[in-house]
Amino acid sequence: MKSCFHCGEACKDDHLIFEEKDFCCNGCKTVFEILHESDLTYYYDLEERPGISPEHAEGKYDFLDNPEIAEKLLEFNENNTQIVSFLIPSMHCSSCIWVLENLGKLHSGVKSAQVDFPKKTARISFSSEKINLKSLVYLLSRIGYEPYISLKDYDEKDHRVNRSLIYKLGVAGFAFGNVMFLSFPEYFEVKEFWLEQFKYLFRWLMFAFSLPVVFYSGSDYFISAFKGLRAKILNIDVPIALGIAVLFIRSASEIILDLGSGFFDSLTGLVFFLLLGKFFQQKTYNYLSFERDYKSYFPMAVTRLNNKNSGEKIEEQVQVYAIKPGDRILIRNGELIPIDAVLIKGDAHIDYSFVTGEAEAVKKESGETLYAGGRQQGAILEIEAVKAIDQSYLTKLWGNDVFKKDKRSEFQTLINQISKRFTAAVLSIAFLATLFWLFYDPSKALNVFTAVLIIACPCAIALATPFTLGNLLRIFGRHKFYLKEAGVIEQMAKIDCLVFDKTGTITSNKKTEVYYEGLNLNAEEQELLSNSLRASGHPLSRQLYDILDKNNIDVPEEFEELTGHGISSGNRGNRMKIGSAAFVKDSTKNIRDKNNELISSGEGLPNNDKQPKQVENKTAVHISSNEEYKGRYVFKNAYREGLSELFSALGRDKKLYILSGDNAGEKERLQEMLPAETRYYFNQKPGHKLEFIKKLQQERKSVMMIGDGLNDAGALAQSDVGVAVSENINVFSPACDGILEASNLTRLAAYFKLSAKGMRIIKWSFVLSLCYNLIGLSFAVTGNLMPVIAAILMPLSSITIVAYTSIATNLAGRKIMKNRK
Amino acid sequence: MNIIYLLLALSVLVAIIFFIAFIVSVKKGQYDDVYTPSVRMLFDDELVKSKSKQSKTSKNEKSN
Repeated sequence: MKSCFHCGEACKDDHLIFEEKDFCCNGCKTVFEILHESDLTYYYDLEERPGISPEHAEGKYDFLDNPEIAEKLLEFNENNTQIVSFLIPSMHCSSCIWVLENLGKLHSGVKSAQVDFPKKTARISFSSEKINLKSLVYLLSRIGYEPYISLKDYDEKDHRVNRSLIYKLGVAGFAFGNVMFLSFPEYFEVKEFWLEQFKYLFRWLMFAFSLPVVFYSGSDYFISAFKGLRAKILNIDVPIALGIAVLFIRSASEIILDLGSGFFDSLTGLVFFLLLGKFFQQKTYNYLSFERDYKSYFPMAVTRLNNKNSGEKIEEQVQVYAIKPGDRILIRNGELIPIDAVLIKGDAHIDYSFVTGEAEAVKKESGETLYAGGRQQGAILEIEAVKAIDQSYLTKLWGNDVFKKDKRSEFQTLINQISKRFTAAVLSIAFLATLFWLFYDPSKALNVFTAVLIIACPCAIALATPFTLGNLLRIFGRHKFYLKEAGVIEQMAKIDCLVFDKTGTITSNKKTEVYYEGLNLNAEEQELLSNSLRASGHPLSRQLYDILDKNNIDVPEEFEELTGHGISSGNRGNRMKIGSAAFVKDSTKNIRDKNNELISSGEGLPNNDKQPKQVENKTAVHISSNEEYKGRYVFKNAYREGLSELFSALGRDKKLYILSGDNAGEKERLQEMLPAETRYYFNQKPGHKLEFIKKLQQERKSVMMIGDGLNDAGALAQSDVGVAVSENINVFSPACDGILEASNLTRLAAYFKLSAKGMRIIKWSFVLSLCYNLIGLSFAVTGNLMPVIAAILMPLSSITIVAYTSIATNLAGRKIMKNRK
Repeated sequence: MNIIYLLLALSVLVAIIFFIAFIVSVKKGQYDDVYTPSVRMLFDDELVKSKSKQSKTSKNEKSN
């Protein structure tokens, strides 16, 4: 089997050969030609078969001719220089970076291009005289890098990047290093003449360095502690802020009163390590967005039909927000319907996979309602909008309150639970020790009090969580499970209920099972069938053709394909009809059953249309030969491999639910496959799913929702942890806490095991850091805390914790993830 | 020994210069994308050679 020189796909029998290279399709060959002509074939040297097969985009970006819309996309527009940033999801390797940055070689109008690979964006500056925005988009599409332009780009963009953490870390690191140098001489306490003379200068320099650390770098801890106290919560930032404040005040008073050198090195080191932990925990997947709403899916503009007074119709490109009820809109093949509308004209085959995860198209007739989010497949449609965009059935879901609240803020983290007791313990030790010294030796009482607060500062405890979870986040990512933030892992460890969506989640969209039911076909009929299918471009025909025996490949004498209905063909006196039930059966004499139409149940959509009462829940291709109905090929989404093992592994300590928008047709098959405790709920609409999760949570359950389509979006947002399953992580998935690549769904149990292990590691590191605290406290309560001891103990405990958590998580990750391979 | 004052001032000055350089580089966005430049730096001089490399590619293709 040869593979395509451009994209690496396996080449079919009828592949193209150009310049001694194999190409799977014309698109790939064209890209090669374009790059070849412009001397850009280095593209193919950088990586093996790096290309992406381009998709046809004719007419798709006509709206970019509208200057108002184009202006919204441009970052900069002056003196015939324009700059635009595109999100290009298909970029994936170093060849992509290279070819995009050399875009100027393909068109002289492109001045420069810069790629940000982790974000998958390209920032292109071009001369508007030589190339306009639309041509630029087509140029990119032609070489396979179609930019993703959605409604979200229309809204005002926030170009500011929050870099404050890097600044704070930089300041703290800078001060820490310098203070270390300056404090070093006094550690040795040599009563040397010159040292005695310079130590005041050294001390005041250290003081100066520590000022920005306390008031700038450490400001977040004070703010967070203050907020916590106001909400009557003793969070971990309270003892940290207390520690920083006491360190600073005591050190400052020591140098003012000439009592000692202060603890400036410990102070700056503490803040530096804490910020390092925060930095480590920051989210790392820039190119994945976890906050998507419908705007990321919707087009920016649509074609509106405008009736002029003279009666003639003109087409114009308008911005989606400008559509009013009553407007007539044109929807072309492959375009998304942005608005609830009534079908006026045209053959509608709507693919609601964005909404439901179900890829089979639903047929609609004029007068029927089309819901926003559907994608037309086939001929051009004329529709009339009935609602404004933000009031359509799908978009209204985002009005629900669940999308506004912050889930994480309500969660009682382990560290906050511990810090409550920890703070109380530290404060009581400090007071008891002070009380003791007040009687014994009052001059030392204040010294002991501050020393206890300094040494008990839970630096190591505060580091344990970010380093463990941050590390686990990276390990999960390496195994194709991308979490929004590290805190999700902690919530995962608490999950006791798992709710699965069915279609697209536990079934695979890619793989289908096909079986035949009906009368046997004779050899001639089989031959005609496969030859007719060969000529058809319909996806179902292609799938079916791939699995049939291919004998005597021949072109049928007669061949006619009716879009949306089927094929009628004939050869050597035999006639055959292949297609939807209505198409095939209408012509046969014996069966006339209108109800058996080719309909896949529109999962998640309101069933108020005149859908047949007796809905066939299977996708099928029907066949008749010589006016006699023969039978049908039934297509079924295959369940993912390893599903029953996964469910039985998860079922051991968790409750399992399956929540599907489909009808109950598959229930028996699921019951056979999955553990008996699994509960099933069918015909669930998006709102139902959300309510179901809410009800479970009211029973004090921690719920993880695993879904894929936009119909799960509400449930994903409501659940404690919402995981979106995606066949391709670059394709858009609904707002969620984590994105799991579909091929790794069956390893879910391992992820759970790892997150539980992570929590155990955190607990052990708490024990470790408590040991350090006890050692430190023994110095502090006896009044022997020297700055040098604090300067050794604090970094040492931090480093121990960082080393322990990194090693332990990596070992656990390797062990647990390996077992499941 | 008064040279200490000068040395100290110098060392702090040098440290501050580097610190300012760091702040400026962050502000310019050098830390926003720390991956792409590492790939990009490998490209630069390869562009010229693209012609001669072409023949090599087709040879590789045959062996595949």
